[in-house]
Amino acid sequence: MDLHLDHITLVYPDGDATLTAVDDVSLTVPSGTVTALLGPSGSGKSSLLAVAGGLTRPTAGTVRFGDEPAPVFGTGTAADDATRTRLERIGFVFQQPQLIPSLTALEQLELLGHLGGRRPSAGRERCVALLDEVGLASSMHKRPGQLSGGQRQRVAIARALVGAPDVLLVDEPTSALDHERGAAVVALITGLARDIGAATLLVTHDESTLGDVAARAHLLDGRLTPDVPAVSR
Amino acid sequence: MFVALRDLRFARGRFLLMSAVIVLITYLVVFLSSLTQGLADDSTSAVTGLPADHLAFTEQADAAPAGPGGGPTFTGSQVTSDQWTAWSDVDGVTAAEPLGVATTRATSDATTAGVTAFGVRPGSALVPADADHDDPGSAVEPGAVVLSAGAADALGAGVGDALAAGTLDLAVSAVLDSDAAYAHTPVVWTSLDDWQALGAHTAPGADAGTVATVVALRTDGTSDSALADADRAIGTTTESLADSRSAISSYSSEHGSLLLMVAFLLGISALVVGAFFSVWTVSRRGDVAVLKALGASTRYLLGDAIGQALVILLIGVGVGTFLGAATAVLLSPVVPVAVSAATLLVPAAALIVLGVVGAALAIVQITRVDPHAALSAR
Ligand SMILES: Nc1ncnc2c1ncn2[C@@H]1O[C@H](COP(=O)(O)OP(=O)(O)O)[C@@H](O)[C@H]1O
Ligand SMILES: [Mg+2]
Repeated sequence: MDLHLDHITLVYPDGDATLTAVDDVSLTVPSGTVTALLGPSGSGKSSLLAVAGGLTRPTAGTVRFGDEPAPVFGTGTAADDATRTRLERIGFVFQQPQLIPSLTALEQLELLGHLGGRRPSAGRERCVALLDEVGLASSMHKRPGQLSGGQRQRVAIARALVGAPDVLLVDEPTSALDHERGAAVVALITGLARDIGAATLLVTHDESTLGDVAARAHLLDGRLTPDVPAVSR
Repeated sequence: MFVALRDLRFARGRFLLMSAVIVLITYLVVFLSSLTQGLADDSTSAVTGLPADHLAFTEQADAAPAGPGGGPTFTGSQVTSDQWTAWSDVDGVTAAEPLGVATTRATSDATTAGVTAFGVRPGSALVPADADHDDPGSAVEPGAVVLSAGAADALGAGVGDALAAGTLDLAVSAVLDSDAAYAHTPVVWTSLDDWQALGAHTAPGADAGTVATVVALRTDGTSDSALADADRAIGTTTESLADSRSAISSYSSEHGSLLLMVAFLLGISALVVGAFFSVWTVSRRGDVAVLKALGASTRYLLGDAIGQALVILLIGVGVGTFLGAATAVLLSPVVPVAVSAATLLVPAAALIVLGVVGAALAIVQITRVDPHAALSAR
């Protein structure tokens, strides 16, 4: 399902003043494709991702999925509705793996099934298969403390995909990796996301790891730079 | 409770520590409440066990100390035979029996012990029957004394033995099964005439017409206002049997302070549980932000965390109650403790309820955690 960001603006309170982190950004990510979101640190990439994933309400603008007339997130979306949408339709890969320390790799994935969403796909078999796909079949029953940094990141990637989300949002997955491993992680994410047909928005500041990701949007001071096409291939 | 149970296992050191604290507090609360009940029984069982529903006291004699709130006291009350007969004639009163209460020293061949003499009319129904004695009141006559089991034990005396009390020489005519006690002394029953000689008359302000301490009333459910009217006419103050406990000075001085201690312990346990879960919830704010970002509702997270607190409380309070009850039972031959559902389950339930409230006040901070925080580095 396509992801549409329509005229998104996000303003943070900043002491007595305000800070415009995202300024009237419009962007479409077609389903089954990956769009890279590029820009220097502080340009508003994570903020745009937070709006796209319903983690924070935009100051203006809407987020829509596919042809659905009603926006999934807007200025007036209730927190409970946003939570439910995140559970049922969105996968996140955060900048840090953000795993729950007390859960094994398998339980990190099974957790989503317990959160009460309608996610029949989050059954144990699918969780095991997905961990296998990211190369963690033998570490399924280890807790984050027993996994390497790379393994933790792959668990986080599997967790984001376990519910077969409509939209996958990824924040700087390569920031802590060298070029080669960064490229491998991007390839893993994009491969899996295309398999399930998710519209993927992938934030990075390192264009060299993007491989075959052709669609790119550049952010600078909260605005899309006009010289680069904002719609994917 | 998917995450909560795994957190319990993962951070088991912390949770064991918390459970141990709850076990100790529960242990103390349960033992103290059993002791409170045991001491209360030891002070009041002879009064609360009377086959009556109200007691008529007289106004406070000037020299005697007032009861709590200025109510009547056994030490200050003296009823006359006119007041007793007047009570027998009140509508709705089916039985009115004079009862003398005097704590004294009794000496047997074996030993000396403090006892409380309950002076009753010969044949009075105020003496509790047991399996071997249908009508123990008939054993009460001038020169004779009926012993409770506790008094027989304390004096080492049995039927036929001689006792000296004050200036009187009495023969033991029966030993009852009853464990009736008054002001931490076992009860003996004497005739009202003998009871007069046991020092009852020497009470300050006593007058020649005094026959007993109180009138024990059995009523057919007549209203409190009818009793109050009769009180005004006769010059007495009527209390229900339960309220009459406060007229016993040992009870009124002990019971309140013990209950206060129990109440403080309950408050402390709520604060300790609240403090623990406050620290614990702060330490997992990052996890909570991630769980919210993944789609966990605030309600789910609150339920999860409260469930976790409940598990800790149920285990801690369960173990503590068991240990407290076991200790109380073991010590019951030497310490006045009474173990019952009321002394175990009421404090246990209070500990759990207050613990959950304390934990809940700490856990509500979950509602203020912003899922947006999951995007920033931890
Ligand atoms: N929660 C927040 N509150 C206030 N200001 C914020 C918050 N998050 C980000 N910012 C500010 O918004 C701007 C964009 O930040 P961010 O979206 O994190 O950029 P990027 O991810 O591209 O580095 C920065 O100036 C940052 O300081
Ligand atoms: Mg960022």
